[in-house]
Amino acid sequence: MYKYDQYDDAMVRARVEDFRDQTRRRLEGKMTDDQFKPLRLKNGLYLQLHAYMLRIAIPYGTLNSTQLRKLAHIARTYDRGYGHFTTRQNIQFHWIKLEDAPDILGELADVEMHCIQTSGESIRNISADHYAGAAADEIMDPRPWAETLRQMTTFMPEFSYLPRKFKICVIAAEEDRAAMRWHDFGLRIVKNEAGEIGFEVYPGGGMGRTPFIAYKSSDFVPQHQIFSYLQAVLRVWNRHARRDNIHKQRMKILVHELGEEEFTRQVEEEFRHILTLGTDFPQAEYDRIAAYFTPPPFETGLPEEIDRSDPDFAVWIDQQIAPHKAPGYAIVNVSLKPIGGIGGDITAEQMEVVADLAERYSFDELRVAHTQNLVLPHVRKADLYAVWQQLRDAGLADANLDLVTDIIACPGLDYCSLANARSLPVAARIAERFADPAVQHDLGELKIKISGCINACGHHHAGHIGILGVDRKGTENYQLLLGGSGAEDVSQAKITGPGFDEAGVVDAVERAVNHYRTIREPGERFIDTYRRVGMEGFKEAIYG
Amino acid sequence: MKILTGNDLKTGRVIWWDGQGWSLHVEDAADVHDDGEAILAREEAACRVNGPMFIEGERTAEGVRPAHIKDRIRALGPTVRADLTLKPADPNAGNWVI
Repeated sequence: MYKYDQYDDAMVRARVEDFRDQTRRRLEGKMTDDQFKPLRLKNGLYLQLHAYMLRIAIPYGTLNSTQLRKLAHIARTYDRGYGHFTTRQNIQFHWIKLEDAPDILGELADVEMHCIQTSGESIRNISADHYAGAAADEIMDPRPWAETLRQMTTFMPEFSYLPRKFKICVIAAEEDRAAMRWHDFGLRIVKNEAGEIGFEVYPGGGMGRTPFIAYKSSDFVPQHQIFSYLQAVLRVWNRHARRDNIHKQRMKILVHELGEEEFTRQVEEEFRHILTLGTDFPQAEYDRIAAYFTPPPFETGLPEEIDRSDPDFAVWIDQQIAPHKAPGYAIVNVSLKPIGGIGGDITAEQMEVVADLAERYSFDELRVAHTQNLVLPHVRKADLYAVWQQLRDAGLADANLDLVTDIIACPGLDYCSLANARSLPVAARIAERFADPAVQHDLGELKIKISGCINACGHHHAGHIGILGVDRKGTENYQLLLGGSGAEDVSQAKITGPGFDEAGVVDAVERAVNHYRTIREPGERFIDTYRRVGMEGFKEAIYG
Repeated sequence: MKILTGNDLKTGRVIWWDGQGWSLHVEDAADVHDDGEAILAREEAACRVNGPMFIEGERTAEGVRPAHIKDRIRALGPTVRADLTLKPADPNAGNWVI
């Protein structure tokens, strides 16, 4: 993975000292809240319901064991012993003291971490396929490009005061495991007929109040022109963005209002101009970054067979393991969705267990998935049983990847000052309703996603079943949506009808699921059945 | 009743104006009547509170109860982590929120 050079280190540490001084001045009353707020937000420090919340960037979801141990230390020393992984592959701590924040940033800098690009009108933490560098189906590791784009855009003045936040995602496989087309700027690495590497480009996506799925603006941008293309997109957005109206500032709104054809025309015109300036980054710089992502020294001649004699282990293997590009290795998905627990939460002790496993069994690497789970990307199949045993002992061996209990949920009204309704208790009650492993496995892939407000951090627009919490005259109310997807079969979920209270929405989900069980054809997932029969039958089942 | 609340500047903890100073407990909250703006200006200037705001509430047999669920969650703590609330020993404390 990428290692800081002296410039990275100096830049991040200077930033910490800037923030230390800003915090001191705020605490001494030399700065008002209005003056301080944008400065703390640029360092990932929000004020939430119960305390300050610190959101820490995990670029393209990649961590090493030293970094995860540091996060465990922060959880234990400065927070309340746990952290929460987000749908942007970041982690956040919900009980931070302002006076501790500069010290925490200093501790993060010690392990090459920071909170830059986790808030504000900037290019946010660039996300990627959480199987990057390990997936059997990827054309190449997308992370060198994610890192190159991160470096080219961080602190670049032209990109520091954007009309609104801007989210980039990079994948390199046909299967979309990163909700790429729900981003402002989605990239899929492809090979053309000549075998050259380039990008399919998908601008204009995003969730929130006004959801749009990104459209394809280019089949192939040569890889070393991608920064110029990104610049062109951002310039067109900057030129026309409705900075006067917060609800119309996102780029997806501009794409919608201009139309895809006109937006593309303007981008291509700008792109041609930028190419004449020769501002794309040098090959040597890409090569320098890419060298950090050289695959680890995989052993050869390893056995493929897995001893499945322990039935619990066999169930876990069947659900949590994905194919690896290297023979004899597997990708391990670590569930953070225990029945009765809180999705995405992880204790300091669990972080240390996973860090130890990554160090011992996965070339010191791990990933955070946007689905709020963790991944050990490079585990020898021969080591899977030992890994499972240790995960099991730490309460991390649920076998529910992509099943009905593997629910994405934002922190909601339990923590978030923007939320209108609680998400986490709804997720917990649905998980309890479908807790029986046999039922979960019978239902198969079923992605439920819950947001506590219209900002859609819980990706409800992309849920096979989506739930949106709203405020109805001071009480929580939940809208139910069906038919969304964040995968390569991307689609936007539609509202079923009138909303429900907390207990009612859990019952409604159960009725929708039961209807699916009744009418499904062999091999159909929930989303397949919904697409085949449409909304009406489900509505009838839900509302009677 | 009109309640003044905010977050402690240093710690971020939820705090309630009790008539004399700031309390962590909503049951201590005072009705600020028409004095709210003056208190708010003084406390902001003293750098003791962040994000101060006035909210509606009522006095009940169980003490002061904010009108909106968001403020009741602020007052108690996350409903999904009873151990992290102000009343970790009371298994029914969450019912007050709902």
